[in-house]
Amino acid sequence: MNPDPLLQTVVQIADDHLILGHRLSEWCGHAPMLEEDLSMPNMALDLIGQARALYNYAAKLENKDRTEDDFAYLRSDREYTNCLLVERPNTDFAYTMLRQFYFATFMQPFWQSVSSGTDETLKGIAAKAYKETGYHVRHSGEWIIRLGDGTEESARRMNDAVAELHPYTDEMFTADAARQYCIENGAVPDMQSIQAIWNNNISQVFAQARLTIPKTPYPQTGGRQGQHTEDFGFLLAELQYMQRSYPGAKW
Amino acid sequence: MYSQGLIGADTATKETAEFLAEFQARIDAEEKIEPNDPMPQAYRNTLIRMIGQHAHSEIVGMLPEGNWITRAPSLRRKVALLAKVQDEGGHGLYLYSAAETLGVSREQMTEELLSGKAKYSSIFNYPTPTWADIGAIGWLVDGAAIMNQVPLCRCSYGPYARAMIRVCKEESFHQRQGYELMKSLTEGNEDQKAMAQDALNRWWWPSLMMFGPPDSDSQHSDQSMKWKIKRFSNDELRQKFVDATVPQAELIGLTMPDPDLKWNNSLNNGAGGYDFGEIDWDEFWRVVKGHGMMNKDRIRARKKAWEDGAWVREASLAYAAKQKANAA
Amino acid sequence: MTENLMPLWEVFIRPRNGLNHKHVGSVHAADAAMAMQAARDVYTRREEGNSIWIIPAASIVASDPANAEENFDPASDKIYRHPSFYDIPDDVGHM
Repeated sequence: MNPDPLLQTVVQIADDHLILGHRLSEWCGHAPMLEEDLSMPNMALDLIGQARALYNYAAKLENKDRTEDDFAYLRSDREYTNCLLVERPNTDFAYTMLRQFYFATFMQPFWQSVSSGTDETLKGIAAKAYKETGYHVRHSGEWIIRLGDGTEESARRMNDAVAELHPYTDEMFTADAARQYCIENGAVPDMQSIQAIWNNNISQVFAQARLTIPKTPYPQTGGRQGQHTEDFGFLLAELQYMQRSYPGAKW
Repeated sequence: MYSQGLIGADTATKETAEFLAEFQARIDAEEKIEPNDPMPQAYRNTLIRMIGQHAHSEIVGMLPEGNWITRAPSLRRKVALLAKVQDEGGHGLYLYSAAETLGVSREQMTEELLSGKAKYSSIFNYPTPTWADIGAIGWLVDGAAIMNQVPLCRCSYGPYARAMIRVCKEESFHQRQGYELMKSLTEGNEDQKAMAQDALNRWWWPSLMMFGPPDSDSQHSDQSMKWKIKRFSNDELRQKFVDATVPQAELIGLTMPDPDLKWNNSLNNGAGGYDFGEIDWDEFWRVVKGHGMMNKDRIRARKKAWEDGAWVREASLAYAAKQKANAA
Repeated sequence: MTENLMPLWEVFIRPRNGLNHKHVGSVHAADAAMAMQAARDVYTRREEGNSIWIIPAASIVASDPANAEENFDPASDKIYRHPSFYDIPDDVGHM
């Protein structure tokens, strides 16, 4: 396979995982209850672990002596191609769990398909990631139900989160030329099949949570082309602070 | 993972002399005391306060290090730090559970922390302005904590001892993580070396204070030792820590910020050890009493997490109640 | 700032097949599903096991320490329950 479209696709997926892991890690020490102070870092560690595996693969594909940290820390904002959903701020626990649920519900069938795909390295990453993602779906999905059908306040917050975040979900299913190339090669699944599974799983949990899937006539996209929300700049400022302040230093 | 010398324990007892003697005999026979066993009220109170302080220290201790999770300079460092801070949350959880076996709820203990009634290790009221602070905390603060905690694995109160065994097992990576981080800085460029030395300068004395006031001023230590809640005095543990840590600093080319530090052959019953300078106990008490640089920030952060999380906890209880009602 | 208490659950982990579930600690959770996830997140971060039991702490009935002597001391002189009580010829080998 031509390495360039694959490289581009691997970096996209890696960026999704790094940025979501970073966002989740912001909760550590500030969760609504101590048990959740352990759960969210567990998910964040899974995501960052997946990002590292993917960046290392990207570095290998690129073959230019870049490391996982060069990818993670030393690109400009326009070079990060994560979808916008994962960079949205934590806002509150309802937003955070919904963002997690949307993304994990997307990645679960994605990894399942990749694990029997045509790319050996991705297959290996997918086998492990699939199990981890299954837990994320369950953990976040249970919270969606609990909060959606909890108190008046939790239902209001859940509905607010759905209204704000749902427009960002379409971007997960977009496929640029590089992604399309990988789909045709059988390295990653086609987006329509994933979207059908996603819609079905979201509907089931939303029904239990007394939530309605909103119509989103104006989806928010741009991340895959490197066009990010304002919050993203601050995320990068923190993420890259040390690497930018001390160029070339080893840590 | 963190404990310091107990501050302000209530050792008043109302029990009869026979009861106390019988209890002491069990302790002397190295029997463990378990939650439902009869115990002097003062033993219970001392443990509640001590385990509570220890648990609060873990929870507040998540903040200074958590401060660097989003700025960790490499992915390897980021996962290590995140896992470490997460562990501290776990240790707080084990310890709250141990305290709960004595008849106090986690909610009660949390309220006491947030109201300022309960204390926590004063070390966490110092700020972490640089990345090297993460190394210094792992190496020195966790190192000091381990000195304190290993003997606590043999504490006479069963649930506390069991929690400490789990904590010590998990914590074995924390100090190594910190020391390795410091070592990487001392092998780096001039900025990194300076950063490491600066962090050591700021954390050395506060970590010596972690062992609590000197034995000469510590009125509650005797009873705690008699009941085998504590096994070593504050000064004994502090000396052990100094003796272990000074060579570690030398090995990576760092200088302890203490001009009075010198080897003394006669210490430790002739085995030798380090004499060290006078600890600034005024600073210790100032910080314990709430006037450290970060005291207010730490409590504010914990309060915010607790208050912002209230609706989540309420919702989960409401949902559980609905499910129960539906099933009935 | 008083609020309803979050129920306490006791957690038991089986380290691997062939062993008993062993008490490892407790968690707070509103319901069983939440307690199960908390138990997983808190107590199996280092491959401590492959199976979890959780039990509402309120459902545990414990023996009274005041009855400990009458409960447990009577067994101490029933040495005929142990194999070493019985004399058999050495020549018979392992039995």
